[in-house]
Amino acid sequence: MNLTLKIWRQKSPEVKGKMETYPVYDVSPDMSFLEMLDVLNEDLVERGEVPIAFDHDCREGICGACSLHINGEPHGPMQRTTTCQLHMRSFKDGDTIFVEPWRAKAFPVIKDLVVDRSAFDRIIQAGGYVSVNTSGNTLDANAIPIPKEDADKAFDAATCIGCGACVASCKNASAMLFVSAKVSQLTLLPQGEVEAGERVQNMVSQMDKEGFGNCSVTGACQVECPKGISLENIARMNREFLKTNLSPGK
Amino acid sequence: MAFTGLFLCLFLVGHLAGNFQLFLDGYEAKLQFNQYAVFMTTNPIVKILSYAVYISILFHAIDGVLLTIQNRRARPQRYAMTKPSANTMWSSRNMGLLGTMILAFLIFHMQDFWYDYKFGEMPHMTTEDGSAVLLKSGEEVLDATVNVNYQVVSKTGEVLGPVMKDLHEEVMVAFQEWWIVLLYVVGIIAIFFHLWHGVQSAFTSLGLKTPKVEAAIKMAGYGFAILIPLAFAIIPIYVYLIF
Repeated sequence: MNLTLKIWRQKSPEVKGKMETYPVYDVSPDMSFLEMLDVLNEDLVERGEVPIAFDHDCREGICGACSLHINGEPHGPMQRTTTCQLHMRSFKDGDTIFVEPWRAKAFPVIKDLVVDRSAFDRIIQAGGYVSVNTSGNTLDANAIPIPKEDADKAFDAATCIGCGACVASCKNASAMLFVSAKVSQLTLLPQGEVEAGERVQNMVSQMDKEGFGNCSVTGACQVECPKGISLENIARMNREFLKTNLSPGK
Repeated sequence: MAFTGLFLCLFLVGHLAGNFQLFLDGYEAKLQFNQYAVFMTTNPIVKILSYAVYISILFHAIDGVLLTIQNRRARPQRYAMTKPSANTMWSSRNMGLLGTMILAFLIFHMQDFWYDYKFGEMPHMTTEDGSAVLLKSGEEVLDATVNVNYQVVSKTGEVLGPVMKDLHEEVMVAFQEWWIVLLYVVGIIAIFFHLWHGVQSAFTSLGLKTPKVEAAIKMAGYGFAILIPLAFAIIPIYVYLIF
């Protein structure tokens, strides 16, 4: 199949970028989206042009490195799918495909389609952990009885790969789904519950500092999340946040 | 937004309950409605509640504007291509637009009835045969006149107190104009869309939407968004068609 790609090109964070058009020919429907970009890049290199920069790592849908806003949706048209697991059979011959980086003030473009997502790392550093020593006398986690329902919910939240699709899809560029998944994952378990109040306050305050927008509960994030993280987590984080505001000191 | 929004939902219920009196016909209904208007403008508890409503509307609107500004700043560079219908409802994306429409409608609505009732021109109440003027307290005064300040003046020239204004008549006359009815229906449709997103998302914002109660909150939210505006909209249409 032959396609027309409209791709965001930007040399560096300081330079203004723009959409450029690239025709691609003989694309196999069995290629992944990233493989299709690889082919285009080989072409560009052969022609002496600068290849398109994009993030990728495991290409198995589990690392959260790949991104790309494809035809108006993060990770493209397939739900519950990362860009690396999106295949060209999802498109038709002759299609024009828009490929853009995540757009958010907190995710500045580094080059072309690569954005700086270290804002997420700083949110995690602000409280997305459990303070236990790992110096050799750590208790076996399985020794602590945890209700199955809580364990399942914590696990669901923990499937968040931190790709940032929630921010990219939100009309307010809000990071609430990501932060709430991390808050839920830790708070639902007895090891993490101890620091629940402090954690939610610190993570939310860091989230605001990074310049993400506010949640208006449109639900775009849970539709576009490749791991199906649900709005239930946002409600839980709001609950935890209000709880600590109402009874500070906890 | 959630606190003030839910409080304003309670206000809507109270407002609607009062409006239902407009379905009644005859002099008794008119008198009852105008006595209700007197009660609503003089009772101290209602007064406190009304200030709470004004403050809530103001806070809700200002907060909405501030959040919208913050949210726009969070994405300085827009996408060349978006597909919003793929993941959100129209009402969820346009709460700011809907809120602005509702505010414009509220200003018109307040000017139309509230301002005229308090400061503007309005007919006043008499007994059914027209022989006596009614004071605000409901007391009948024979052979009295009403001066420009809406004070009842007796035959001897003595000022007896404020007259009972005829808000009922004002409403009935207003809703004989097709364009006013249309404006009200459009305003109420904006409220419907605003509530469609707003009611249940307020519960998410307050952290009350747990999986156990999610289905119930959704049902109640959508039910509220349909029933309350529907009942509000029927009244001007009913008045236009029947009277």
